[in-house]
Amino acid sequence: MAKQLPSLWEAMQAKGYSRREFLKFCGAAAAVAGVKATGMASVVHAFENKPRPPVIWLHFQECTCCSESFIRSSHPIVSDVVFDYLSLDYTETLQAAAGHQAEKCLHDTMKNYPGQYILLVEGSVPTKDDGVYCTIAGRSAADILHETAKDAAAVIAWGSCASHGCVQSANPNPTSATPIHKIISKPVINVPGCPPIGDVMTAVITHLLVFGKVPDLDSQGRPKEYYGRRVHDTCYRRPYYDAGLFVEAWDDEKARKGYCLYKMGCRGPVTYNACSVTRWNEATSYPIQSGHGCIGCSENGFWDNGPFYRHLASFPGFGIETTADTIGTVVGVAAAAGVTAHAVTTNIRKKKIINDRIDRSVTDREPKEEGGDE
Amino acid sequence: MARIVVDPITRIEGHLRIEAVVENGRISEAYSSGTMVRGFEKILKGRDPRDAWAFTERVCGVCTTVHALASVRAVEDGLGISVPRNAELIRNLMFCAQYCQDHAVHFYHLHALDWVDVVSALSADPKETSRIAQSISRWPKTSPAYFSDIQKRVKTFVESGQLGIFANGYWGHSAYRLPAEVNLLAVAHYLEALEWQKEIVKIHTIFGGKNPHPNYLVGGVPCSINLEEMNAINSERLNHVGQLIKDAIEFIEQVYIPDLMAIAGFYKDWGAIGGGLENYLSYGDLPTLGYNQPDSFKFPRGAILGRNLNEVHEVNGKDTEEIKEYITRSYYKYSGGDAQGLHPWSGETEFNYTGPKPPYDLLDVDNKYSWLKTPRWRDNPMEVGPLARLLVAYGKGHEEVQEVVNDALKRLNVPVTALFSTLGRTAARGLETQLVVQWMKGFYDDLVNNIKNGDTRTFNDANWEPSTWPSTCDGVGLTEAPRGALAHWIRIKDKVIDNYQLVVPSTWNASPKDHNGKRSAYEESLVGTPVANEDQPLEILRTVHSFDPCLACAVHLYDPDGKHIQQITVT
Repeated sequence: MAKQLPSLWEAMQAKGYSRREFLKFCGAAAAVAGVKATGMASVVHAFENKPRPPVIWLHFQECTCCSESFIRSSHPIVSDVVFDYLSLDYTETLQAAAGHQAEKCLHDTMKNYPGQYILLVEGSVPTKDDGVYCTIAGRSAADILHETAKDAAAVIAWGSCASHGCVQSANPNPTSATPIHKIISKPVINVPGCPPIGDVMTAVITHLLVFGKVPDLDSQGRPKEYYGRRVHDTCYRRPYYDAGLFVEAWDDEKARKGYCLYKMGCRGPVTYNACSVTRWNEATSYPIQSGHGCIGCSENGFWDNGPFYRHLASFPGFGIETTADTIGTVVGVAAAAGVTAHAVTTNIRKKKIINDRIDRSVTDREPKEEGGDE
Repeated sequence: MARIVVDPITRIEGHLRIEAVVENGRISEAYSSGTMVRGFEKILKGRDPRDAWAFTERVCGVCTTVHALASVRAVEDGLGISVPRNAELIRNLMFCAQYCQDHAVHFYHLHALDWVDVVSALSADPKETSRIAQSISRWPKTSPAYFSDIQKRVKTFVESGQLGIFANGYWGHSAYRLPAEVNLLAVAHYLEALEWQKEIVKIHTIFGGKNPHPNYLVGGVPCSINLEEMNAINSERLNHVGQLIKDAIEFIEQVYIPDLMAIAGFYKDWGAIGGGLENYLSYGDLPTLGYNQPDSFKFPRGAILGRNLNEVHEVNGKDTEEIKEYITRSYYKYSGGDAQGLHPWSGETEFNYTGPKPPYDLLDVDNKYSWLKTPRWRDNPMEVGPLARLLVAYGKGHEEVQEVVNDALKRLNVPVTALFSTLGRTAARGLETQLVVQWMKGFYDDLVNNIKNGDTRTFNDANWEPSTWPSTCDGVGLTEAPRGALAHWIRIKDKVIDNYQLVVPSTWNASPKDHNGKRSAYEESLVGTPVANEDQPLEILRTVHSFDPCLACAVHLYDPDGKHIQQITVT
């Protein structure tokens, strides 16, 4: 029989938090989720009434960078997430128990909270040769995923491994590494990136908790909130691109002035992610700000769209008049159909064009029930 | 005689399984098996060598950056590129930041719960915890009220019935020996360390754009330095790094080290358990005069055999007779037969799974039983990691290392032989962090001085363009990951990768038996480890965690008939 869980407000009250502190937390959570001040009442209501949900976090073919990124979250800090907001019942990275005791945690959660637990998956699933390329407790990754996904309230694919297959699925994909939305039939929220930004990870969870619903997803199952804009469209170096000012060689005079890295292979024009807005590690920097082009780590198949230092225009089909999205299609990186004209001209008429284009880039990509097939 | 099953071992990175026999309360045999493989070597073939760092960095997200460093060094070695002074210093700063973060996270979040009983902290007297904290450190957060609040938080958490990450732990196990007050102190610092670790990695973000998995570059580092520009490493960025280092020194010296010493004092008997192999290998790292001058490294290079600290052997990654990988007991096949050993430059990666079909209960430990190959140095199994690094440095007469090691031995009042143990391994990790955080400050000062003297170069463009490359070349990139000796070997042919082989620390430590039946480090150190309660093999976790495994790990103990104890229920 399913247990009745305390609401977050009850849990915080019990921990000695005051009403004032609780409201402050709601404000912070709302800020992360992008709620306007007028929406605060609904946030408070959600936290007062929703239970602290049990969470199962699985690891398959991965490098644990997603777990590491998760613990880098600065708002909220991860100890609050782990101890106050969620009940992280199974996580090979952090849990005290091991072996059978750990397995028991997994099975207890599935048994006691059917339809109530959140399933977080880090890593891809090797489907070749009966799954011998990744086994845990003698069971294949696919076997474990099917069992745990069955009664999950929501399934989140952390990072590019679980969302797209990532590095192990790069040609020739020796183990047939497969993203989880292709293994299970449930809707999957894909949070790609290698890894995803820690604050984005906790924000996706906060969104679920606060609003009690899945955030709007694009055609690839990604929350539009964080994957609705190209890195290029929000990049602080974008004016240099529009002005035709490019870094031509590493550490040249133009690199030292922080010009656009497009010619050094930057994949910002074909990559949907929040890096240039949210930035990394408490907004300390992001790849382009620190001088290296974006390698497109949140895009499906990015490993096979290299070499990384070959600039996009060098790829077949990318002429000066060709749009960034056309090249995306050519090299197989395109996020989705629908986004059109991205003029690669270098003039000032950008303002209106960009605004129009950005609006379309979001509205044209329809949310889809299922995770979305590539 | 009995055997147990523990699967998976948690609080590690990756997927590993160990099967072991327990007789008379002690482990008499162990089998270590990696149960996950991705095939990086196969994926890298035919790619641009300048991209390899990004691929290989994804081998591990816990010790992020170290594979990227090994990779750019391998390519630079092959192409004859030396990096500018600033690039070396920035790489060193990123290396040191990684050590501080990784080691502290290992101590508090991956290893501490093997020694710290969280539930016991509930019965602590916060005033006494405060007194203890103030007696071992000048860290400011030590008031009785502070510890009382932490205790309340834990109490509420436990009483909620939703134990989360603490559910089904081995609380109350007889092997836990800390007073309640010290347990409470450790729990408080568990939480503080979780907050601090996200700060120190900002050094990676500043220079490499993000963490985990910051960006590297063959020939230097991708960030430029320009004191007249907000788009480059400038005074503000350098100040940020300086502040992070200052805070790191404070945390390591006032929290990590005092906690380590306080906890170790209650577990001195573990200074005689889990010693394992008697051979230690370190490639060394933190160059001060360039990567090609290993004599200038802060961590020296060398090998120790038979625990003879008076003789440190030379190590050469390019000598094809020194390091060889065997696959006699690994799920691979070699074109020249499975009995031979191959130097990584001529290494092969051809899958050959012969294990049981999942779901399975037992591995076929008499045949191949792991996805890890078995590396050997001059045919010897070697332990790698913090202990190996400190012992090689100690043996080479490294004064700073000798001082910090001798001081710790004196403070704990244990003999030098206590180093060769589970406790020694865990202590060595902390002691080297104490050194590394100070070295990091030194590298920072050097960087600032170098810039002050007018040198702002961060990249050497010689041989960046493939048109300048020879038709074939070989390179090796040696480094020291937090978990131990790490190397990448590359063979470049016609501008692309012809062969790429990685020998990672956990391959040295966690590999299966070799062609002569000799055990590697995990297996050897588990033999002799006591197991007080076969249903709760806490002691196994202690020894395996003391290596800081870089693979998700499962320990399986079997009875002599191969029958394992069924599902264990903890109430």
